[in-house]
Amino acid sequence: MAEAPLLSVKDLVVEFPTRRGLVLRAVDGVSFELRQGEVLGLVGESGAGKSITGAAVIGLLEPPGRIAGGEVRLKGERIDQLDRGAMRRVRGGRIGMVFQDPLTSLNPLYTVGQQLVETIQTHLPLSPAQARQRAVDLLVEVGIPAAERRIDSYPHEFSGGMRQRVIIALALAAEPELVIADEPTTALDVSVQAQVIAVLKRLCREKNMAIILITHDMGVIAELAHRVAVMYAGRIVEIGPVRDVVKAPRHPYTRGLMGSIPDPAAEADRLTQIPGAMPRLNAIPSGCAFNPRCASVLDRCRRERPSARVVGSSEVACWLDDEQLRRSDLQAVVAR
Amino acid sequence: MSDGRALLEVEGLRRVFDVSKPWLNRVIEGHRQQFLHAVDDVSFAIPAGRTFALVGESGSGKSTIARIIVGLIAPSAGTIRFDGADIARIKNPSEMRQIRRRFQMIFQDPYASLNPRMRVADIIAEPIRAFGLLGDTAAVQHRVGELLALVRLDPRDGLKYPHEFSGGQRQRVAIARALAGNPQFLVCDEPTSALDVSVQAQILNLMRDLQEQFGLTYLFISHNLAVVRHMASEVGVLYLGRLVEVATTHELFSAPRHPYTRMLLDAVPDLAMTGRVRTPVQGEIPSPIDRPQGCHFHPRCDVAKDRCRTEAPAARSIGAATVRCHTPLGA
Ligand SMILES: Nc1ncnc2c1ncn2[C@@H]1O[C@H](COP(=O)(O)OP(=O)(O)OP(=O)(O)O)[C@@H](O)[C@H]1O
Ligand SMILES: Nc1ncnc2c1ncn2[C@@H]1O[C@H](COP(=O)(O)OP(=O)(O)O)[C@@H](O)[C@H]1O
Ligand code: SF4
Ligand code: SF4
Ligand SMILES: [Mg+2]
Ligand SMILES: [Mg+2]
Repeated sequence: MAEAPLLSVKDLVVEFPTRRGLVLRAVDGVSFELRQGEVLGLVGESGAGKSITGAAVIGLLEPPGRIAGGEVRLKGERIDQLDRGAMRRVRGGRIGMVFQDPLTSLNPLYTVGQQLVETIQTHLPLSPAQARQRAVDLLVEVGIPAAERRIDSYPHEFSGGMRQRVIIALALAAEPELVIADEPTTALDVSVQAQVIAVLKRLCREKNMAIILITHDMGVIAELAHRVAVMYAGRIVEIGPVRDVVKAPRHPYTRGLMGSIPDPAAEADRLTQIPGAMPRLNAIPSGCAFNPRCASVLDRCRRERPSARVVGSSEVACWLDDEQLRRSDLQAVVAR
Repeated sequence: MSDGRALLEVEGLRRVFDVSKPWLNRVIEGHRQQFLHAVDDVSFAIPAGRTFALVGESGSGKSTIARIIVGLIAPSAGTIRFDGADIARIKNPSEMRQIRRRFQMIFQDPYASLNPRMRVADIIAEPIRAFGLLGDTAAVQHRVGELLALVRLDPRDGLKYPHEFSGGQRQRVAIARALAGNPQFLVCDEPTSALDVSVQAQILNLMRDLQEQFGLTYLFISHNLAVVRHMASEVGVLYLGRLVEVATTHELFSAPRHPYTRMLLDAVPDLAMTGRVRTPVQGEIPSPIDRPQGCHFHPRCDVAKDRCRTEAPAARSIGAATVRCHTPLGA
């Protein structure tokens, strides 16, 4: 029998009621599972619903945003209906968080050590001295040189890359089973990004920790993730092993997306171009949300919404048949 | 397209910023005056019809060079020649206007660079009117329509305001405006960094089409090496204000000569998932106010020698490349 998943998200719907009485659906029926030690990439262009999905999982949706359907289970237990206090214990305890902007996630008025010790003592029954020792260990773990000395520094005394490592240390404070990292390297230079990727890779191997890695950068996904879910207009259009999705994408949007990324390892004359842009929430097309931009569009795509089905080792939400989705030259169809 | 003649030549460009505390504080607290060398002895030339890219990490001096070239800030030293003429020596205002019309700039944030209270048609028409290129209103209107079509927007879009457009469409408007004065040279500072990849692809393709159509010359600034590889014929790599390597795109990516260039290339995520072995990134970029002595890269360089700690390497030519390193790779 298969091991129960660490996290299971089923048919998640997130809505934002507007003042005008409209209801905007930012996440519309998202489902995925995550095993222990697994890194799941959540990728897509801005506005796809990646961050909102992450926030919903850890109960950090900003009102009036609300979960309007579906369920979130951690080791089989529902966590989407917990009261605030219980959710706060899960968050930072069993689930850690890393956000894009290290400056807003750290308090400038306290030293790095004070912030780490406070987080550690909130979640673990340790004495101040033990907590401080654990803080030093954590800084060593995320690769801060001379951690014993640097622990009493203030955030502004650290570079951007070191601050991001401190944020990761904070997320790890209570030895969580799962870390949700939203654009953890987006604000960083490539050399610093490479160092942060290396830290995350090592932690996940050594601690068997699972990560939901939210990013718009396919390169970061290719480096870190085991599986990847591609989001478009609040839905997952394709989910599967990272190698399949990156090297042999099936869904027309994933194909277009991959083709539009300049390959750092090759020269190419022209990039694949998808016409148009991601729709706004108040104008999501009916049927398949990608249909106005899709070159393979069928009549039915404009009326009926495709649900995910298994194709090879991935799941794809598209009305094209298996044979078409498998064709490597579907690109030619997409390019019109 | 290119006849090898340099349209833009930059020589010995320098820019120093005074980042000292106010005079009184220095006297009371005993602080020394502090200078930041944002651009330090930078030289390169761009042949007509080509794309030269500047890459480098945050704070390496890319935008400062761009702003000096288009005349937004003054250099501390160095010369800029456009089409053979030393820009600093042009004193005649009408001659200056003629030169300025011939080069334009596109910025990273298409929103901040467009006036939110003006209709797009007026934004695009502004340089046409400012340079007095077309006399009557009908001709201006016609030209605006042409420019909108050129960047693949609808001529009717001219009636809208910038906020009614998406990021990619706004960058198209900025490009149309930059092209309004029929320039030969465009300085593009991170033109797609704020855009999604599918929209970035549209803009990069458009920029290449326009270059082909009008023989445009680009100075293309980016921190994204994959984008640079896609766009440029030649690349300059900046580190703490100095150009450490200049080479053809092909050479730079296939056989980097400077240890920093190699480190940067190794840091780029392996999208092709080749699993190639890469040297891990060492250390961090030092503060630009307090750059290491000798070769600025020595604290992070895995092949540094004693000499590197004291003696700054001069730029030297290896084949068609220029490298600032005492012991270039593969030499
Ligand atoms: N007006 C100024 N006063 C003081 N320092 C400045 C000024 N403008 C730029 N600098 C400094 O000069 C250096 C180069 O800045 P520049 O903006 O050219 O970097 P960049 O390569 O464009 O970086 P980014 O990738 O972040 O855009 C930086 O250290 C910056 O802080
Ligand atoms: N507070 C809010 N009110 C209304 N819409 C929101 C709010 N927050 C986010 N959205 C919308 O939800 C969609 C998904 O947002 P998000 O998850 O942040 O996207 P991303 O994939 O870029 O992380 C976007 O269209 C965004 O504009
Ligand atoms: S369902 Fe139809 S419109 Fe949507 S991606 Fe598939 S073919 Fe294109
Ligand atoms: S000069 Fe020395 S320290 Fe600098 S890059 Fe070359 S070998 Fe490394
Ligand atoms: Mg986001
Ligand atoms: Mg800049």
